[in-house]
Amino acid sequence: MNLDFSNDQKFLQEEARKFLEKENSINRNRGVLDSDHNTDAELWNKIVDLGWTGIRIPEEYGGLGLTHLELCVIAEELGRFLAPVPFSSSVYLFTEAIIKYASEDIKQEILPKLISGEVIGTLAVTEEFCAPTASNMKTEVNNNLISGKKIAVPDAGIATHSIIVVKSGSGISLQLINHSSDEVVISHQENIDESRGHFSITLDNTPCKLIGDTSNGWDLFESLMDQAAVLFSFEQLGGSQASLDMAVGYAKERYAFGRPIGSFQAIKHKLADMYIALTLAKSNCYYAAWALTSDSSDLPTAAATARVSSTKAYQFCSKENIQTHGGNGFTWEYDCHMFYRRSKLLSVNIGSLGKWKEKLVSSLEQSNKN
Amino acid sequence: MDFNDSTEQAEFRKTCRKWLEGNAELNSGASREDSFGSSKHLEAAKQWQKKKYEAGWAMLHWPKSYGGIEASPIERIIWSEEESKFNVPKGIYEIGLGMCGPVMMQYASEDQKSRFLPPMAEGKEIWCQLFSEPSAGSDVAGLRSKAVQDGDKWIVNGQKVWTSGAQFCDYGILVVRHDANLDKHKGMTFFFVDMKSPGIEVKPIKQITGGASFNEVYFNDVVIPDSQRLGEIGDGWKVAITTLMNERLAVGDASGADVEDAFRWAKSQDDSGEPLINNKAARDSIADWYCEANGLKNTKLRTMSALSKGETPGPEASITKVVSANKLQNIGNFGIDSLDMAGMLKSEDPDIKNFQGSWLGAPGLRIAGGTDEILRNIIAERVLGLPQDQRADKGVAFKDIPTGNS
Repeated sequence: MNLDFSNDQKFLQEEARKFLEKENSINRNRGVLDSDHNTDAELWNKIVDLGWTGIRIPEEYGGLGLTHLELCVIAEELGRFLAPVPFSSSVYLFTEAIIKYASEDIKQEILPKLISGEVIGTLAVTEEFCAPTASNMKTEVNNNLISGKKIAVPDAGIATHSIIVVKSGSGISLQLINHSSDEVVISHQENIDESRGHFSITLDNTPCKLIGDTSNGWDLFESLMDQAAVLFSFEQLGGSQASLDMAVGYAKERYAFGRPIGSFQAIKHKLADMYIALTLAKSNCYYAAWALTSDSSDLPTAAATARVSSTKAYQFCSKENIQTHGGNGFTWEYDCHMFYRRSKLLSVNIGSLGKWKEKLVSSLEQSNKN
Repeated sequence: MDFNDSTEQAEFRKTCRKWLEGNAELNSGASREDSFGSSKHLEAAKQWQKKKYEAGWAMLHWPKSYGGIEASPIERIIWSEEESKFNVPKGIYEIGLGMCGPVMMQYASEDQKSRFLPPMAEGKEIWCQLFSEPSAGSDVAGLRSKAVQDGDKWIVNGQKVWTSGAQFCDYGILVVRHDANLDKHKGMTFFFVDMKSPGIEVKPIKQITGGASFNEVYFNDVVIPDSQRLGEIGDGWKVAITTLMNERLAVGDASGADVEDAFRWAKSQDDSGEPLINNKAARDSIADWYCEANGLKNTKLRTMSALSKGETPGPEASITKVVSANKLQNIGNFGIDSLDMAGMLKSEDPDIKNFQGSWLGAPGLRIAGGTDEILRNIIAERVLGLPQDQRADKGVAFKDIPTGNS
């Protein structure tokens, strides 16, 4: 029985923490918010140099060939330090899709470049102001050319490639496009966490390459989401912990009515509830990390459980962190709002809480039938 | 990460399992317990405890001289995991073995340990805990039952309350005030007491559930030999805290309706012509409870992982009772509500009984062994390191602390 990370993995996590602390990642996040950039390219390049983008890429393509567990501990630290980089888009979604579904030719072409940083990827699915489903996709592929428009695509501004979820005959497929193609127009769309820019991608007979099956793409997409949910959950966990730590630190230092506000039960109980939500999420994340790495048939349930718990924990911890800080928490100057924004970005990025609760109960029904 | 037992652990689990299969029946669906503390329940519990004792399973982590097999913490968990899969009597020995045992082990003399621990493990003698008083609940250090020293004995007067099992217990552990002129936490002393002593009167308290598992216990000039003092005079609070730490581990998970019951029920129950599981609100709640139930289960696995590596577990298990008691209340509520008006009716259906029993019992669990509020204080102060509340009872002689009654 060992539901814990190995010493090597803990060491990697410690190194990641030291690096992001030294790089002042949280201040960099503020820097991006205050500028008209939509990411921190310098920090991203340093991350590429550390080899983190190749963690899961097999050694035959020049990667480190490690497991998802190494990615989980990195994700937790990226979340804790609000790293304003396209890691989730490029690594949890794009790279994982290439490893999982792409043809050997595409793997040979793309994977080494993801390691070197020449390729940065993202995943485009949403088309309208509602949740994407297999039946509301309008973007379509014909003869290896895509036409249509995707919106709210995170990190597309810095990305060189996208995987596009498209209508494909009577089904759905995943298609790889290169942003340098003339038939791609990428436009910035203002969003509520500008430390991670969101973009529209307009495609007009854009050349593309098939990733995976010609019509079964929605199932591939869903299965990719199950994997990604575990990694997103770890990032949310890091953000929850940072929010709780901030709130605890402030509650000890801030005096009101002649005493630290952390001595009042109204504050104590709020912070205890944050700890409870965080602990439930953390334990569920650990189990999901195991399910992901061991290819367990329990992955859909485990991933949804981690995702729901982590989303709830981060939303709760980030909003109550603001509340604990009082008026200061509402200012741009304090860091609280950056965690609040990121909690929202991460919670909707691969589908919101309601969708994951539904996925969880559906997976229970499914596993109960078998 | 892996979920496999080591070779030794797997071997141990097999041994547990084999013995259990030969001596008990596997759980089947919602359990139907004999009503708590009835002579039938008590008799069944005593028989089961004796069987376990004779085979070495009763207090398996104890030294062999007191009837244990010196099992490791991880083996103890493996045993309780396996035992929980069988339909065996529960609820009689948890406090005695979980709280009184450890305190006797730590503070009693060698002779006393040899005399009292084996029959405690065997279940021949049942123990209870006498801490709370009418004016000392969450603030248990506010207790005012009085002990006056008289040579080599003490005379105790006062009243205890919420004493589970006192009506059938043979011995109890007791904390009382020996000097009201000292500070609140310094004027207490700890004893164990023969519950058959002259001057002890036990009155059962009828609870919300209709049952009466706990009691008022009156002490009228009860004589306790000084040899039954545990710890030094004035160390009562220190000894009590050790016991309360064990209580939190002993109380732990709520038994009763859980998410599996809610899920199974929702699939079978009609909701306006459709299965209740198709109802959005039901699905939303079931998702939340599933996350809570598995969050606790996986938290326990993390604790076990630390133990099996020989490390000290983190503080994460401190969330267990507050989460499980509230979940229990909500799931019971869900089950009853799903029946609409008929939810009021008592029934022989084991699920309905389970939901109603959980709903009625959960308020008690949210209070026993530390209320939700006290547990949140403990998490805030001990885990998160927040400062203590400012108090009106610190550094004041106990007799001068405001009570609201004068």
